[in-house]
Amino acid sequence: MSIEPTIAAESRRDPWFRRLPVISHFNKSVGLQRGMLVTGLVLTGLFLLTAIFAPLIAPFGFSQISDAEGNFPAQQAPGGKHLLGTTVGGYDVFSRVVWGAQTAVLVIIVAVIMSIFIGVILGLVSGYIGGWLDRILVVVADAVYAFPSLLVAIVMAIVISGGRSSLWGGILAAAISITVVFIPQYFRVIRAETIRLKAEPFVESAKVVGASNIRIMTRHIYRNATRTLPLIFTLNASEAILTLAGLGFLGFGIEPTSAAEWGFDLNKALADTTSGIWWTGVFPGLAIVLTVVGLTLVGESINDLNDPRLRGRRKAAPGKTGPDTAGSGTAGSQAPVSAEVSSS
Amino acid sequence: MTTLIEAPPSDADGLLPTKKKASGGGLGQYILIRFLLIFPTIFILVTLVFFLMRITGDPITAALGGRLPPEQLAERIHAAGYDRPIFVQYFEYLGQLITGNFGTTLSDNRPVSEMLTTYGAATLELSINALLVALLVGIPLGMIAAHRRDKAADAVLRIFAILCYATPVFFAGLLLKLTFAVWLGWLPVAGRAKTSTELALTALQAPTGIYWLDSLRSGNMAALGDVFAHAVLPAVALGLLTAGIFLRLVRTNVIGTLGKDYVEAGRSRGVSEFRLVTKHAYKPALIPIITVMGLQIAVMLGGAVLTETTFEWKGLGFQLATYLTARDFVAVQGIVVLLAVIVAVTNFIVDIVAALIDPRVRY
Amino acid sequence: MSTNIGSVSDQQPRSAGPVLDIDHLKVTFATDAGDVYAVKDVSLEVNPGEVVAIVGESGSGKTVTAKTILGLLPETAISSGAVLINGNNVISVSASKLREIRGRDVAMVFQEPSTALNPVFTVGWQIAEGIRAHAKHGGAGKVSAKEAKARAVEALRKVGIPDPETRVNYYPHQFSGGQKQRVVIAAALALNPGLIVADEPTTALDVTVQAEILDLLRDLRDQYGTSIVLITHNMGVVADLADRVVVMYQGDVVEEASARVLFAEPKQDYTKKLLAAVPHLSRNSASAGMAERAHQGGKVLVEAKNLTIEYPGRLGSPAFKAVDGVSFTLSEGEVFGLVGESGSGKTTIGRAIAGLNKTTGGSLKVLDYEMLNLKERTFKPLRKQIGFVFQDPAASFNPQLTIGECIAEPLVIHGNPTPAQARQRTRELLESVQLPASYAERFPHELSGGQRQRASLARALILNPKLLIADEPTSALDVSVQAKVLELFKDIQAEFGFACLFISHDLAVVDILSHWVGVLYKGKMVEQGLGNQVMGHPQHDYTKKLIASLPVPDPDEQAKRREAFRAVLGA
Repeated sequence: MSIEPTIAAESRRDPWFRRLPVISHFNKSVGLQRGMLVTGLVLTGLFLLTAIFAPLIAPFGFSQISDAEGNFPAQQAPGGKHLLGTTVGGYDVFSRVVWGAQTAVLVIIVAVIMSIFIGVILGLVSGYIGGWLDRILVVVADAVYAFPSLLVAIVMAIVISGGRSSLWGGILAAAISITVVFIPQYFRVIRAETIRLKAEPFVESAKVVGASNIRIMTRHIYRNATRTLPLIFTLNASEAILTLAGLGFLGFGIEPTSAAEWGFDLNKALADTTSGIWWTGVFPGLAIVLTVVGLTLVGESINDLNDPRLRGRRKAAPGKTGPDTAGSGTAGSQAPVSAEVSSS
Repeated sequence: MTTLIEAPPSDADGLLPTKKKASGGGLGQYILIRFLLIFPTIFILVTLVFFLMRITGDPITAALGGRLPPEQLAERIHAAGYDRPIFVQYFEYLGQLITGNFGTTLSDNRPVSEMLTTYGAATLELSINALLVALLVGIPLGMIAAHRRDKAADAVLRIFAILCYATPVFFAGLLLKLTFAVWLGWLPVAGRAKTSTELALTALQAPTGIYWLDSLRSGNMAALGDVFAHAVLPAVALGLLTAGIFLRLVRTNVIGTLGKDYVEAGRSRGVSEFRLVTKHAYKPALIPIITVMGLQIAVMLGGAVLTETTFEWKGLGFQLATYLTARDFVAVQGIVVLLAVIVAVTNFIVDIVAALIDPRVRY
Repeated sequence: MSTNIGSVSDQQPRSAGPVLDIDHLKVTFATDAGDVYAVKDVSLEVNPGEVVAIVGESGSGKTVTAKTILGLLPETAISSGAVLINGNNVISVSASKLREIRGRDVAMVFQEPSTALNPVFTVGWQIAEGIRAHAKHGGAGKVSAKEAKARAVEALRKVGIPDPETRVNYYPHQFSGGQKQRVVIAAALALNPGLIVADEPTTALDVTVQAEILDLLRDLRDQYGTSIVLITHNMGVVADLADRVVVMYQGDVVEEASARVLFAEPKQDYTKKLLAAVPHLSRNSASAGMAERAHQGGKVLVEAKNLTIEYPGRLGSPAFKAVDGVSFTLSEGEVFGLVGESGSGKTTIGRAIAGLNKTTGGSLKVLDYEMLNLKERTFKPLRKQIGFVFQDPAASFNPQLTIGECIAEPLVIHGNPTPAQARQRTRELLESVQLPASYAERFPHELSGGQRQRASLARALILNPKLLIADEPTSALDVSVQAKVLELFKDIQAEFGFACLFISHDLAVVDILSHWVGVLYKGKMVEQGLGNQVMGHPQHDYTKKLIASLPVPDPDEQAKRREAFRAVLGA
């Protein structure tokens, strides 16, 4: 059926800052969805601030077990000098939780940037060129994708470091392990988008006028295929934290003397639980949960707001159902358009 | 819009049914092709794992390096054949795999295949328990969330789901242990059963290794109760993780199909909202749901590794952690390959189930 | 075809008053841009046994009105006023009462039959579902599954599905498009509602199938006295079926009259404009007065000889022949109209000429280049001689680039213009297609569909090509916009003098532009000739049927045509 949106012709675009990913989403959100987005942003902001200002916030170093007053007591309950207690090794729990944020941020940034970079290029080329290259890449990506990501990370950790290492070595090992897990995900998303876009009339019309493959890929497909990246970024960041913690929990993380890592601390805390010592495990665990919840809330909110089906809209103002002067012009024709589009 | 292939012409008089799209045995052919696709997947994973594990060196150096004098080490490496060209070793390894020979563990010197069968049963049991929890919790709650979309119930359920999959399974396990085992004392702290129960069950003739099955077969109700008590916390810890994912999956897909014309058509005939959600929207949504659930099996196996470590559940995951600590990469490689096979086979089954639900494939 | 099974006694006893009474209906939607008034003030009545058409272009609020009748508006909508069905106000009744009304008192027929049927349930189950939903509060107690199925079979029989006892167990994908629409109608009829709301019931169907569905709807009214609210944008459909017409524009009723009066003496300007814009077969023909094919002195630009295009089948299934032994020529300056229904291969031919599809047999020469051995590298220089206008103006522009960048792209690729040159040329082209030069700075989503299609034409013409392929360029547009774009097209063709392959499913549209017309059916060219001859004196049976199926926007003429063509259509 005919769809003639007489709309938009008059509506100019918003200023650039209102079109930035998260900000434009915030403006679109209402009610519960806005609440979720804001909560997520606050938690993520706290996480980032903690990571950046860890040296200022943490009272002690992550591997500090003594100060001028002598050795820290082991397994001390929260309170007093050690806000969240100490571990069996005498580490200060609060300090290690704070420093852990820094490790997590470093790993996420390195891992996600590497995987986006490689995954996007492979996905674009594979999806656009097709043929044998595409088939081989798809089979490999699918095989890795279907496999438990933690095991892939373990194998990669063995490959890279033989298991344990220093701060940067450990962070790189963890980041590369996670990268290998995530490349297939970016690859799949970008490849699927590329294949969809390849059949779009605007790409075909570029083909008809004789545009080269490189031009089509860079000018027409790339920018349209990567619009979902902020979403995948946030969702994967949370998965990266969980994978890092899982590695650490299995003893494949970073040595406690090189950096603080939440998963490793949880592993050490496991033995404490039977004797009722809860603070060594609960606090690093909560740190993981809050960070992941924050990132997930942001990611899911963006996802919902991008998807018109999932997006909640506020109700029309009741009692004001008559047309007013503004409603009869440009905006007046928008709703019927969307209503009729959905039925066509 | 321009379609690449125009739809086959409908009969001009509109009275003859369109011909079936695939000629002859569509489903049978699909199953066969899908089955054959398992093998390249496994092959690729085995190859990747083999070469990746060898990049860093041979397993004996990894396990014993530094603990043995260099001459003894070299001798053992030679005896095990790790000094031969890598491709010779690779093809030998492939040949052994086909005959079910996974090699011998370095740390405790037992056949890897025997280790896999012994501990595989425990992992299977944990996975089934957790899957039950995940399905029973995730699917109905997902439908409720979709039905009550953007209402209070939906908000609560979504936050519950996010908490479920934001909590690392080992932290969830730790909290459950602290609460129900240490403080309340209702349930055992760790393990699959009391030592007495384990002895009773392993003494059975031809035990399956799946404890609740074994205790049912032997009619040992006390054992069954004990096994059940031990199973609750690990199953809940691992099950809730997956339940959160299922909840979100069901919600999203059901909301998606609720927006389809055929649901509106059902509504226009006076079908109740409850039936629209549970029948009209749910069944078409099931096809993508099942496909994604297949992928979640892999996530769950990863989670099982962590859960087993948390609860000292003596399965493949627990052993994996042990062998990792001992740097016994022969054993690790065996476990990884077995899990790869399990994942490939589950995905095959899942795809077939999804195809069976979809009449467009079936007919 | 006609269905006359069942009897009038099936009818429920009905009161003499109107079955539907809409009184001062207003509907408001909440959107990002603020509240939007979709329906501003609509009042209308539908009497028993009457077919009332609500006509309007997109944005008129006709679909929203239709959905309100069944209470199917989304939660973001607020409605006020009254929609009375058998004394119940749909807007204010409780949810459970609304459920009782739906299906029993009023039922709906949807636009797209393939999406209105649930793919994973049998059609019988879906029809029975409605029947059983009403048994609980219908007073008669539960209806057994068997009984519900028997009634589903009965409903399928009524709408002319052959062998309904077997077909009741079929899944939707086992039916053709026209049959699916019959099934949707059967589901609507299952409980003998007094009123059916049909929302663009034939828009998704081919014109020959459309004629059958219109016949079926007419029979339902005649046999069972069912009232029908027909929502459509197609004036031909209105003329064929409606007793009374309500014209809507931007949420308001502009005019209401009996069909005969409205078509003969429209009172409002909008209605007059709308009617004038509707293409009418054999009026305004481009080949009017021609006796022989024009432009034959010029160079032949496209020559197809026994052209065959196959799509490889999926594993095991045979290849699908989209184009099967087609021969034709297109000379300089000529407009060749290619007509056919879905699956006829018309789009495939157009794409093959532009090098978007590979040909698999015969010969296709484009500007003397044999497309059978298409190599992108050798064909690229020729591309600047070929312009292409796609069907969907919304999708054929890169949303990330401005209109100006899109239009200038061919120039940038084939020449090496300075930015000032490119801007200058873009401005000239925008002027030719009657768009303000400032539109070059806009993004595609800021233009309306008609404006985008003009811009699309500008992009196709920027290199002054010898050959233009237009694939259904107006089928996504409203009729008044279509009329303007067609007029522009005709003027520009005369001015630029390019040869054009004009592809469309609409005979009347093709006739307005084309000197020479080819009719495709299932991949074969069944007839070609001068436009006026093909339309006036069709030779092939299929062409006759196609012409007979096309309703003309004039109730009296259409009634006569219906009688006259009964023989052709029945065959």
